[in-house]
Amino acid sequence: MTTKPLLKVKGLKKYFPVKKGLLAKTVGYVKAVDDVSFHVNEGETLGIVGESGCGKSTTGRMLMRLLDPTEGTVEFDGKELTALSSEEMRKTRRDIQMVFQDPYASLNPRHTIERILSEPLLVHGVKSAKERKEKVHQFLEIVGLSAYHAKRYPHQFSGGQRQRIGIARALMTNPKLIIADEPVSALDVSIQAQVLNLMQDLQQEFNLTYIFIAHDLGVVRHISDRVGVMYLGKMVEVAESEALYAKPLHPYTQALLSAVPVPDPNFSKEEVFLEGDMPNPANPPTGCTFHTRCPFKMDICSQVVPQLTELEEGHSVACHLYNETSDNDIKKMEGSLYAKG
Amino acid sequence: MDNRKTILDVKDLQTTFFTDSGEIPAVDHVSFHVKEGEVLGIVGESGCGKSVTSLSIMGLVPNPPGKIVGGEIVFDGQNLIGVSERKMRQVRGNDIAMIFQEPMTSLNPLFTIGNQMVEAILIHEKKWSKKQAQERAIEMLKLVGLARAEDLMKEYPHQLSGGMRQRVMIAMALVCDPKVLIADEPTTALDVTIQAQILKLMKDLNVRLNTAVLLITHDLGVVAETCERVIVMYSGQIIEEAPVKTIFESPKHPYTKGLIQSVPDMRYKKDRLYSIAGNVPIPGSIKKGCRFAARCEFAFDRCLQENPELYETSDVQKTRCFLYDENEVGANDDKAVVES
Repeated sequence: MTTKPLLKVKGLKKYFPVKKGLLAKTVGYVKAVDDVSFHVNEGETLGIVGESGCGKSTTGRMLMRLLDPTEGTVEFDGKELTALSSEEMRKTRRDIQMVFQDPYASLNPRHTIERILSEPLLVHGVKSAKERKEKVHQFLEIVGLSAYHAKRYPHQFSGGQRQRIGIARALMTNPKLIIADEPVSALDVSIQAQVLNLMQDLQQEFNLTYIFIAHDLGVVRHISDRVGVMYLGKMVEVAESEALYAKPLHPYTQALLSAVPVPDPNFSKEEVFLEGDMPNPANPPTGCTFHTRCPFKMDICSQVVPQLTELEEGHSVACHLYNETSDNDIKKMEGSLYAKG
Repeated sequence: MDNRKTILDVKDLQTTFFTDSGEIPAVDHVSFHVKEGEVLGIVGESGCGKSVTSLSIMGLVPNPPGKIVGGEIVFDGQNLIGVSERKMRQVRGNDIAMIFQEPMTSLNPLFTIGNQMVEAILIHEKKWSKKQAQERAIEMLKLVGLARAEDLMKEYPHQLSGGMRQRVMIAMALVCDPKVLIADEPTTALDVTIQAQILKLMKDLNVRLNTAVLLITHDLGVVAETCERVIVMYSGQIIEEAPVKTIFESPKHPYTKGLIQSVPDMRYKKDRLYSIAGNVPIPGSIKKGCRFAARCEFAFDRCLQENPELYETSDVQKTRCFLYDENEVGANDDKAVVES
């Protein structure tokens, strides 16, 4: 695998203003994404996990500039996306496509599948109708449907088939990067496995790079080469998928992994229960945003924001426990949750 | 052997929806029982009839178009089908309570938590004063782990997080000390860390109050961690029943096996997921033969012609598959393959 980064994100921020009163005065900001940096290599899958409200979807949308970042840079294939005009950005989007969670809401119910799949071709300048039609038929078959499905409407398909159509639409323009935002979470287990397998096959066939945003840690492990964990608008840990699941470093990652129910009644895991709920992103805690729920909280945590630092090769974590200055309680925690299993 | 008393006995339940496009047997001859203090899981994919089964027990199937057309639901010796609405109202809450997937839609946004809890208590405990009811409500809120119980009584549902709302629902459901709690996808709308909290709470309460729990879910992980016994449903029928360990260690039905294999496991990476071909059938669309035959890799002629019955493969395990019919010639060869 090449290790050339296809996408480099630096200091990405998105603050949504909170407006109040008659004059809609801005009284504060919801820091949906707050200083997130990561990169994605060509041909790999980066999984982004986190609970609702952690900013994972907002991050995905900013990469496509469906939302404009408040601050930060997104470098794709050597181009700085945040500096492009909207016309240039539109052209660039043929290389970055998106697959959405709800395949029904993202397909126009009044259009036939042929029209839905032709649209990206029209937008990106495929003028010949015959060529478009051929391509639609070709891609329907690639995603496991048949050419005759082109004449049907979205409501005539099951959830899994609709998601196949959503994937076909993303593939129509021959993209390099696909951002998949919870692509399988609306599907039944047996159908979810089909769609995940399809996505893996397509990645091989078309040398695609994926950013796979999901809340299901099992699914993310299955499909990702590297995984980033987000909490309250920040990336708290990034690592190779094997390393992250075998030896999670951040207390939040540890709790998250321990919370996932394992489909094996004989498996007993070390349980780390988190108290309380995720704080309100409009009024995040000072210092480390996780300190209100962290079982290993120290004095420094409520004062200083920990920076994402590389601890081992390719394994970065944002936590004061791993700072040399703080007392070394790390040993206690390192006996990982899953190394034994 | 388990000698706890059977508290809820569902016998041959049939619930059918009468629609313009025909009759849809959403629950098709379903029989099972729940023992006192037991946690029974019903697992299946969308449209398998697991939710309609629970609504049938509560007498909450929307009618029309739905109707219970046959069978018995025996709670503590009494058949609940056909009893008056008045009697049913006493059963709900007092004897059998239910919590739902989305707690926000089950709480009234216009009334405070205290208001709604007190109302629920006073409906069932007519002799109580309002003050008594309030005290009981606060006690219940504390029982489900809500620290600021007194303040919460004055708050509205929108002021609570999803996990707190689900705790309030559980408190409300348990306020009259029911014998059975039906939980329909209670944690599906919640984040994993909150899900872990709620599942732990439900297990604790099950032990402390000896309330039997009928847990309806699509998540095999949740089943493995909480249930004692499991029923697997597919297209309106029970296709397998066994203790939780048996289901995961030696599933018999090809669908159960496929389902377990298609879940990505967080503990290790599989190169490729097993996937069951085809789609989840629309309820009522398969009229003849085994409901799973079209997606089953082991299907033979008989599967397309007849619907198999539930065969007992051991004292505690039953499965709806011809591979386990002892009279089936040649089934043993295939069975060896399925079990390998």
